[in-house]
Amino acid sequence: MPISASSATAPDGGPAPVVRIRGLKKSFGTTVVLDGIDLDVHRGEVVSIIGPSGGGKTTLLRCVNVLEIYDEGSVQIDGVEVGFTDSSGTRRKRTERDLAHHRAETGMVFQLFYLFPHLTAAENIMLGLRKVRGFSKAEARSIAERWLDRVGLTAKADSLPSQLSGGQQQRVGIARAVAMEPKVLLLDEITSALDPELVGEVLAVVRKLAEDGMTMMVVTHEMAFAREVSSRVVFIDAGRIAVEGKPKDVFQKQSNERLRSFLSRVSHDPGLK
Amino acid sequence: MDYILSSMKFLWQGLFVTVEVSLLVIVLSLVFGLALGVLVTYGPTPARLAIRLFSDIIRGIPVLVLIFTVYYGLPVTGLNLNNFVSAVIALSLFSTAQIIEIARGALQSIHHGQTEAAKAIGLTFPQRLFHVIFPQALRRFLPPWINSVTDVVKGSALVSLVGVVDLMLAIQQVIGRTFVPMPLYVLGALIYFAINYTLSSLSRMLEARYAYIRE
Amino acid sequence: MLYHLNFGLIWKNFPKLTWGLVLSLELALVAIAIGVIIGLALALLYESRGRLCRGFITMYVEFIRNVPLILLVYLVFYGIPTLVDLRYDATTSFIVTLSVYSGAYLVEIFRTGLAAIPRGLMDAAKAIGLTPLQRLLYVRFPTMFRIVLPSLSNTFISLFKDTSVASVLAVPELTYGAQWINFNTFRIIEVYAVVTPMYLVTGYVILGGLRLLERQFKVR
Repeated sequence: MPISASSATAPDGGPAPVVRIRGLKKSFGTTVVLDGIDLDVHRGEVVSIIGPSGGGKTTLLRCVNVLEIYDEGSVQIDGVEVGFTDSSGTRRKRTERDLAHHRAETGMVFQLFYLFPHLTAAENIMLGLRKVRGFSKAEARSIAERWLDRVGLTAKADSLPSQLSGGQQQRVGIARAVAMEPKVLLLDEITSALDPELVGEVLAVVRKLAEDGMTMMVVTHEMAFAREVSSRVVFIDAGRIAVEGKPKDVFQKQSNERLRSFLSRVSHDPGLK
Repeated sequence: MDYILSSMKFLWQGLFVTVEVSLLVIVLSLVFGLALGVLVTYGPTPARLAIRLFSDIIRGIPVLVLIFTVYYGLPVTGLNLNNFVSAVIALSLFSTAQIIEIARGALQSIHHGQTEAAKAIGLTFPQRLFHVIFPQALRRFLPPWINSVTDVVKGSALVSLVGVVDLMLAIQQVIGRTFVPMPLYVLGALIYFAINYTLSSLSRMLEARYAYIRE
Repeated sequence: MLYHLNFGLIWKNFPKLTWGLVLSLELALVAIAIGVIIGLALALLYESRGRLCRGFITMYVEFIRNVPLILLVYLVFYGIPTLVDLRYDATTSFIVTLSVYSGAYLVEIFRTGLAAIPRGLMDAAKAIGLTPLQRLLYVRFPTMFRIVLPSLSNTFISLFKDTSVASVLAVPELTYGAQWINFNTFRIIEVYAVVTPMYLVTGYVILGGLRLLERQFKVR
């Protein structure tokens, strides 16, 4: 079932946001993780999501590509509700097959890479292209090679993940997600598990993607990066958006008390003061 | 059905022999297996090599071949033992080899820092073994050991092939007289099942009990 | 010692042993092939169906694992024909028994293997939009096989040793061959001095070959 790209317009007459989240709530058992999130992400925007651990940042991302089914609220990608269908007025959870189709429109890069260990770098990228997008083996291969080139790993196309460094694996992970040409790219603390000297190469790739206009939602602890690359920064604490705004405003003004204490705990960068 | 009830006496005797064989094997293999297991973990290299060779050979051949070799082969060396003793010897060799491996695994899993700490407070080797190593190794040893006990019980069924009248042979004999195989096979299966399932449940329970100790 | 070693009689009858070894390997191969099918099917069923189905699978597994193989062999060969109007020869009977036997062990191996797949890997597979069936075929199965390869190797070698039980049905595998020579030539020491290394060496060769295979397919 193809996902129809909506040509709806926002109330102000501009193009509708790629991702529209309203009243998102999610609990795990008795723990409330997301307590009413409202967020819009427009085409070409890079939204950085920062906040203390357990605040719900990762859960938010996982609701966007429905790796978690949210309890209440709505998540729409290009106007289409991702988690539920609304046939005849009743809200029903989508089937797994349905969800698979929706997930093809988003891309996710994980903290622990999760490359398929039995496939080479190129094959990791080709799997989605062939089985979900329906490309032939040759077409998929050429697309994969193009993306490997863009992340600087042409030489490693036929290497297995076990033969790659952490930074290289993560770049393949990025290529795997982006090759599917998703409407929005979800990055979940993608440098947190990397050795410090490998972080730079990965951030360089993300920076380039942002420059090329990729819509992204980035959960990160790299404050300098967030400040430099984002169009907007969102501070999530205790399941709600506590602060939202342009990077300069968020980092310099530090209007919120909890934001201040979080930043002082996290950053060693005097430039953020 | 009448036959079955009157044959119960024979089955009962057979079961008794099975239990007898199993218990003897368990005790013998535990004693030798533990001793050799300690030796293969901490002993001098020649001993370690010899024991590992022994263990690998015994575990590399089928139990049945071991039983036949001992039963038919021992008389040739002048030792004329009856079939019961031969069977017990053969099964004990098999089980000992298994226990050596289990013990080795359990002992080696104890971090060598424990040994160093024990040495540091002046304990001798036997003291270290009994007060520091064994207590910790015990929980790694017990569950797999209980599983090896079920292997002994299952293996004991093979002694029927050298004429020891255990439960398995008793079943065969009763079938020979009464010509009703299925009920007897099923009954026999249930008896073996009852024994072994109880043991393996015990093993699982122990494993779960010990699982909370994380390190 | 009044025993004179005479290997001549062994070499005269050597084909019985070599062909017996071949048959033992064949029996083990067929049994593990069928067992893998049974084990995979039941492992998948186990995690996707309800309590009743899982109960039956558990009963099957526990029954097979706690009953001696020889009893199962007799039960299938002598017992079942009295219930059902089926006649089969000893070899077929043994293959059926050993396959069902190996299936029970393999269910556990596959269940553990499937559970050992990192959840994040399945997340990644979901994230690129693969359907459940695609995830099963292209990610779960390949990953699981690499995880369980060592257990599969050990199971195969165990099955190879278990084929010795077929000798009670006069299936002409290696142990039967050894016993035949034993009874017909009384050369006990010699025959088992030859047969024991045959089992050992074969076991080691298989182990070595499978370890090589494992290294080809290492996960992570």
